[in-house]
Amino acid sequence: MNATAMDLLIWARGTGFSLALAIALFGLTLRVFEILSLGRKHDFAPAREDSPGSGLRTVFSRSLPLPGMAQKSPITYFGGYVFHVGLLLVIVFFVPHIEAIRAVIGLSWPGLPTAVIDMVSVATLLALVAVLFDRRRNKVKRMLSGFGDYFAWGITFLPMVTGYLAFHHLVLDYTLMLAIHILSVELLLIALPFTKLTHVVTLFLARWYNGDWFGRRGIAS
Amino acid sequence: MNTVETLGEILRRRGVSRRGFMKYCATTASLMALPPAMAETIAARLEKASRPSVIWLSFQECTGCTESMTRSHTPTLEGLILETVSLDYHHTLQAASGEGAEQAREQAMTANAGKYLLVVDGSIPMGDPGYSTIAGMSNVDMLLDAAKNAAAVIAVGSCAAFGGIPKAAPNPTGAVAVSSLVKDKPVINVPGCPPIPVVITGVLAHFLTFGGLPELDHLGRPRVFYGESIHDRCYRRPFYDRGLFAETFDDEGARKGWCLFKLGCKGPVTYNACATTKWNQGTSFPIQSGHGCIGCSEPDFWDLGGFYQALSMPTQKLGKVAGAAIAGGTIAGIAMAAHNRSMKASAKQSHERVSTDELEKGE
Amino acid sequence: MSANLQRGYNALKEVLDAPIASYFSSCVHCGLCAEACMFYTESGNPKYTPIHKLEPLRRVWFQEATLAGKLMRLVGLAKPVTDELLAEWSPLVYDSCSLCGRCSMVCPVGNDIAYMVRKLREGMAASGNAPEGLVGASKRTVAIGSPMGVKWPAVQAQIRHVQKDTGLTVPVDQAGVEYLVLMSSMEIMNYPEYLAALTRIFHKAGASWTLASDAFEATNSGIQIGASDIAREIVMRIVNAAERLQVGTVVSPECGHAFTAIRWEGPNLAGRTFGFKVKHILEVLDELRRSGRLRTKGNKSIPMTYHDPCQIARRGGVVDQPRTLLQMVASDVKEMDEHGAMNWCCGGGGGVSANERAEPLKLKAFARKKAQIEQTGVKTLVTACANCRITLEEGLEHYGMNITVLGLTELIAESLDDETTSADGGAA
Repeated sequence: MNATAMDLLIWARGTGFSLALAIALFGLTLRVFEILSLGRKHDFAPAREDSPGSGLRTVFSRSLPLPGMAQKSPITYFGGYVFHVGLLLVIVFFVPHIEAIRAVIGLSWPGLPTAVIDMVSVATLLALVAVLFDRRRNKVKRMLSGFGDYFAWGITFLPMVTGYLAFHHLVLDYTLMLAIHILSVELLLIALPFTKLTHVVTLFLARWYNGDWFGRRGIAS
Repeated sequence: MNTVETLGEILRRRGVSRRGFMKYCATTASLMALPPAMAETIAARLEKASRPSVIWLSFQECTGCTESMTRSHTPTLEGLILETVSLDYHHTLQAASGEGAEQAREQAMTANAGKYLLVVDGSIPMGDPGYSTIAGMSNVDMLLDAAKNAAAVIAVGSCAAFGGIPKAAPNPTGAVAVSSLVKDKPVINVPGCPPIPVVITGVLAHFLTFGGLPELDHLGRPRVFYGESIHDRCYRRPFYDRGLFAETFDDEGARKGWCLFKLGCKGPVTYNACATTKWNQGTSFPIQSGHGCIGCSEPDFWDLGGFYQALSMPTQKLGKVAGAAIAGGTIAGIAMAAHNRSMKASAKQSHERVSTDELEKGE
Repeated sequence: MSANLQRGYNALKEVLDAPIASYFSSCVHCGLCAEACMFYTESGNPKYTPIHKLEPLRRVWFQEATLAGKLMRLVGLAKPVTDELLAEWSPLVYDSCSLCGRCSMVCPVGNDIAYMVRKLREGMAASGNAPEGLVGASKRTVAIGSPMGVKWPAVQAQIRHVQKDTGLTVPVDQAGVEYLVLMSSMEIMNYPEYLAALTRIFHKAGASWTLASDAFEATNSGIQIGASDIAREIVMRIVNAAERLQVGTVVSPECGHAFTAIRWEGPNLAGRTFGFKVKHILEVLDELRRSGRLRTKGNKSIPMTYHDPCQIARRGGVVDQPRTLLQMVASDVKEMDEHGAMNWCCGGGGGVSANERAEPLKLKAFARKKAQIEQTGVKTLVTACANCRITLEEGLEHYGMNITVLGLTELIAESLDDETTSADGGAA
């Protein structure tokens, strides 16, 4: 018997997942060391007292657009919100995912009905397509974009689309699609520390440094 | 062996009513996803089918597949169908034993060369032929010998179809499926541990009715019986969609009959007819009895994580892997950190004071 | 690697730090920084996207401070840093960035792009890729004492003028006073009213202050060109004078980058915290107001708007003080749509106005400020940075707009209590 969908699924859930998780954790740990080891010079300039800004504040406040900015790049903001929130909801509140997370970290919580997850998935997929379209259409994004950007988009889109197709039993047999779905998630995990997807971790550092810098100068950034 | 008497004649001789026969044909038609009108065709063809010779080989198996078909207390039509075939060789069921049994097999193979059906249950050990022999003949030799002149080979049960439990990790006997060895013949896989009786006889009925093999899926299973997943046909599916799950076998959700996904049900990746035909003459099936599907009709089901581990869960222990990865990342990280610090220090050391002269390129 | 490149590359390695590594690791190429930059919005040219201006620094970070980058370089896949690259990027790093930091406010992952441009300039300057205009200004500052070549006698001449006009004494080199007042050469050359205004305000407030004959110039070309060694040399003149004269507070003039140079970068260039305070003149005026030492009378009724200098507001934290001060003397202040920490830059900061090569782009970028001013509909524009002021005046003239630009300090001085000024005199 040649490799079957079930073999693939077993590998994906077993060795594949362990491997991917190991690479992701190895890479992220390495990256954090790489970044923090560069250090930051002590600031001899006395910081302003009673500043409205701080590193912590910016960690949160940067999740919201400044007034007027959303209109300037609506697809970036709207599409960005929809797909980020959508990804978060689907990853964290789809029951099979909760079970997977429980296996890794031992915590679980109630999930959302699949009809809700289904709608969110469609919205997320559409938003991802929209931001890709915008990446090609918007001259700034097009100029900034290279292989890494499209690769990162692809490995984000793949788990979403395979998950959706698997759930609806489309295109391929469910078992095979589920195996591909899990493998695509593993690809995402492996790429996480070494592509721009690292931002899921480093943006907290970046925002904190930004907020701290501005905060010392009396500005809430 | 009387091969002149037709199936219809045999059934009537055994007292099966026309009504009962038509009901069986209708059930078979619907099971095979054929239009109801096809029941007539099936009936007409079965009536005229001549009694085929069947050789049943049992290798590394538990006899559960045979049990599955014979355990009914009341004689069933599927049982009768099975009886009407000329079962020329079957370890468990035949009266003959020893030399006589083996002679019967050889005789049937010669007499019906090219026409007999070969049914196999059990997997074949390839590690050492001594793991399983019959009358001093290794399983693999017997299989290849019998397959040579068979019209078709039917691998009954997950062991014959996919290797089954003998093949489960670490597969001590080097067990393989029938299809790994028989390459020059069509092999129909009828997996299940055991398979549903009516599915086995349905395949036989198909062979008898239409004279050929049913349409098979990528795993060699008749599409008509294995076309849909348990999950898709499960009466508990609405609870899955609404996010209502039993968390333990004795909680409120379990009592209310909610979805067993979290308790490890493999229904979503298991393709079989359990949820529609059910077992014990349509009485129930595992999920209905409160236990998740273990996916017994799928390849390597024994190694598909734990029976009680949700399908989406990683199957390996991750604590050590994660710990090792973080430790490795820390070591690599410390090495990179040391590099970065020395890079910064040496850059600082090689700093050449920038005066206004250096602002211009002095090539 | 040429000697120039070597020096520049080394400088870029020196500036790498954890914030920069976090920033580059986090950028997702969303392009929003472009929408915050008037060099992009007014030119429509995507090469002016702020994060794109940092490519040389990103390359150095990637191949020097990440394992992936080091491996890529090993197999020759890392994009190299060359003389050509730095030369090509010079206009992006200097001409199309005023270090205004607006992009740093909008980046969704929190990248402080202006911070990185400032750091990248260290490498550009060290490798000889700074624009001529800034090199000249730096040379004059180091050799003569001021980027515009102003020497102490020119200040003395202005002091004589001010003393004659106001009848007050302008103290020079007095030790133990409250305030050491600095000026920008722009004020000495083009806006003599600043010194006069200060003299009157401090006199009214009864504040003791002084000018220092060896440290009157507050501007710092080293900061703009991005050469810390030069910046340190320039800033230490002030530090030494302040410590010699034992003043309590050094007062940065109405100049944005001068404030950044002394208040924020100064202690780090010196490598120690100063024994004196550094304040912007607006902070000083607001403190005097709060303590009742600064009193004004009358209210100008003509509509005005306030232009926030980037280094004072967004990058310096002085946002409320100018508004409070302006409310003291003007009754009809209209805010621009985006102001304070989110103001739009005049386009001349960060050395752009000293860089002749950037002139056409600067004027193009000014269209953003022009639109903001037009939207308020006022004819009087108040600001608190001599460099902004000259850029605004040039821009307004270029676009044929009839708008008066005033310095806030002089506007305050015009309304000092007990002073006689005609109702709308200063604005005319």
